[in-house]
Amino acid sequence: MCLAVPAKITRLEDSGQGTVDYMGSEVKANFPLVPKARLGDWVIIHAGFAISVMDEQEARETLQLFKEMADASR
Amino acid sequence: MKELRNPKAIRKLLEDIGEIARLLSRPPRLMEVCGTHTMSLFRHGLTPLLADVGVEMVSGPGCPVCITPAGIHEAAISLVSGEKDLTLATFGDMTRVPTRMGSLQTAVPGPGSRIKIVYSPEEALEEARRAPARRVVFFGAGFETTIPAIAFTAKRAAAEGLANFWVLPALWLVPPALRAILEAGEISISGFIYPGHVSAIIGAEPYEFIARDHGLPGAIAGFEPGDILLAVRSVLEQAAAGTPRVALEYSRAMRAEGNPVARALMEEVFEPFDAAWRGLGTIPASGLRFRERFAGFDATPKFGLARPGAAGRDLPGCRCGDVLRGIIRPEGCRLFGTKCVPDSPLGPCMVSYEGACLIHFKYGRTRRPSS
Repeated sequence: MCLAVPAKITRLEDSGQGTVDYMGSEVKANFPLVPKARLGDWVIIHAGFAISVMDEQEARETLQLFKEMADASR
Repeated sequence: MKELRNPKAIRKLLEDIGEIARLLSRPPRLMEVCGTHTMSLFRHGLTPLLADVGVEMVSGPGCPVCITPAGIHEAAISLVSGEKDLTLATFGDMTRVPTRMGSLQTAVPGPGSRIKIVYSPEEALEEARRAPARRVVFFGAGFETTIPAIAFTAKRAAAEGLANFWVLPALWLVPPALRAILEAGEISISGFIYPGHVSAIIGAEPYEFIARDHGLPGAIAGFEPGDILLAVRSVLEQAAAGTPRVALEYSRAMRAEGNPVARALMEEVFEPFDAAWRGLGTIPASGLRFRERFAGFDATPKFGLARPGAAGRDLPGCRCGDVLRGIIRPEGCRLFGTKCVPDSPLGPCMVSYEGACLIHFKYGRTRRPSS
């Protein structure tokens, strides 16, 4: 039940509703839990609600870490 | 995020983990609390790979469909069977949970009543708006990840003055359950992989008692294979150094402080009470119920349903409760894979996609080629 997925905000209305792009599909979503989210942000969606805004810098650092580990591996 | 599945990086992490595990005085046993972690660990074959490097993984109580006791599932069945012109809206897994009264899927709804599978509580609210003559009850099961969405939905229903919408709550808090498992002492655990999306709401602080009072390390993890292994490595590093804490290994998707807006909403609408969990018994302040101001949304008194304290009884022989406490693996239940299979489950752990029995059945029986 805590399955949640990353998706990009494609429409954000003042009402707190809008849509996200999830793997190429446009899906309705609610944004009242993430008042700082802006159009184009990546968010974590659970049960139709964005619960968290993703941090691009942190995501890049994680990817870099894995790239380094892959390079360090035989 | 395919880099988080890069085989070379995964191999490097497993090597690191194996090296640290060998330094420890006893072989580590880590509990992955969240059912979505169990799923990822099995789907990607990580549980056996970790066992090969000396780390045992054990599943915890992180499946809300499973830990919701039989009594509440039975209340939902009696509600939709006994009432007229009522829509019971719920998540798909909830409809298949077997009880002594059958399941929601086999229930015969009362005249004009029906069961609607929804993905979001907002869809249940939409049904109430669209059909004002119908009564709509959202049977909501969830942990801290889901509760803010349900709180928001109830608050919105109040703001819109909807008089035909209620919630049958099955709302559970993770930290009190971990406290109960540790205090029961039935299973020895050397550390925790904490749930990433519950933590996106509650943050790191609610787990700190585990490091402080129980001396156990832990890490909050994301759900890709690489995320989980990073967290395992962090937990073992903490164990080796003797410096237990709550590490954040999912910082791209969560902040240490969690989501204060979501938490404020939860706290405004709901209050904690001593709730009965399947398998774990009654745990102090581990469930949520509506506060006085929102009590009108509670379907329990409105429809004369059994109090949420009523745990009910499991089907004979089902050991879902023991699986949820981590004291047996699914294979330790004599019904597993014989009388209890995904097509005809005898307990919720074989129903939910986060249920340990279903996951073990789907992914855990593959024999690896002998080398």
